[in-house]
Amino acid sequence: MIDSKWIGAVTSDFEADVEKGQLRFFAKAVGENDPVYTDESAARAAGYPSLPAPPTFLFTLNLAQPDPLGKYIRMGVDLAKLLHGSQDFEYHAPICAGDRIRLKSHISDIVEKKGGALVLLVEETSATNQRGESVGKSVQTLVIRNV
Amino acid sequence: MENISFDAVNVGDSLPSITKPPVSRTTLALFAGASNDHNPIHIDSDFARKCGMDDVFAQGMLGMAYLGQLLTGWVPQSALRQFSTRFEAITYLGDEITCTGKVVEKFERNGESCLRLDVQAANQDGDVKLSGQAVVALS
Repeated sequence: MIDSKWIGAVTSDFEADVEKGQLRFFAKAVGENDPVYTDESAARAAGYPSLPAPPTFLFTLNLAQPDPLGKYIRMGVDLAKLLHGSQDFEYHAPICAGDRIRLKSHISDIVEKKGGALVLLVEETSATNQRGESVGKSVQTLVIRNV
Repeated sequence: MENISFDAVNVGDSLPSITKPPVSRTTLALFAGASNDHNPIHIDSDFARKCGMDDVFAQGMLGMAYLGQLLTGWVPQSALRQFSTRFEAITYLGDEITCTGKVVEKFERNGESCLRLDVQAANQDGDVKLSGQAVVALS
């Protein structure tokens, strides 16, 4: 069991740059053909200042922190038992190439299921841009199988 | 993209489905690099076997990115308000993922006309890999 003292703990707080090259690489990796995601003139025609980050990109930005799994090890999680159970995003404003996004994460809940056989670790990340505007929220639920 | 109007959409309507090429080792390597997910279980067969798996398997977020394409292929991304998925089962090498969605509710929230969508990613045998929901706001 993970100590419930971790509920509320800040797990990471850092800034990530949104880079055109990485957005194009992401588009290639998922077979995205819509030019809005790779061609700046198409992005501008669609009303964005530069290439927009796709809907799941906050998760990718959050993995730009050094040693993204280290915080779970420090909490006593065995990474071999860790699964991504579910993922939620809320969108407040577009994230575009050239933005610098501050990602601040905390543990919002720890729930035991099936008498401790499963532990749900819920981590919430708020994202703000370089103008201090909230751009969105990411909530990941990690499942630890104690079997 | 042709803009979809709120009034023209009905509960029960389906989104145009998309089918992705079968998941290969190249798919997983490219997505690992592009998504910053460097967990070796998705790209290193030796490591995956040490963890008790038969082979590497897909990142859950690859399937969610595919579902994101289902949504942004139907409405502009600026319409997206919420997007959630549960990772129901592992996506294996060779799986050909088809993403489908349908409108389940029309409602007003914060002065916006919104649609709630159920979305799903399944393989060629119909095994569900991800299921989720999204909320989009249309004018």
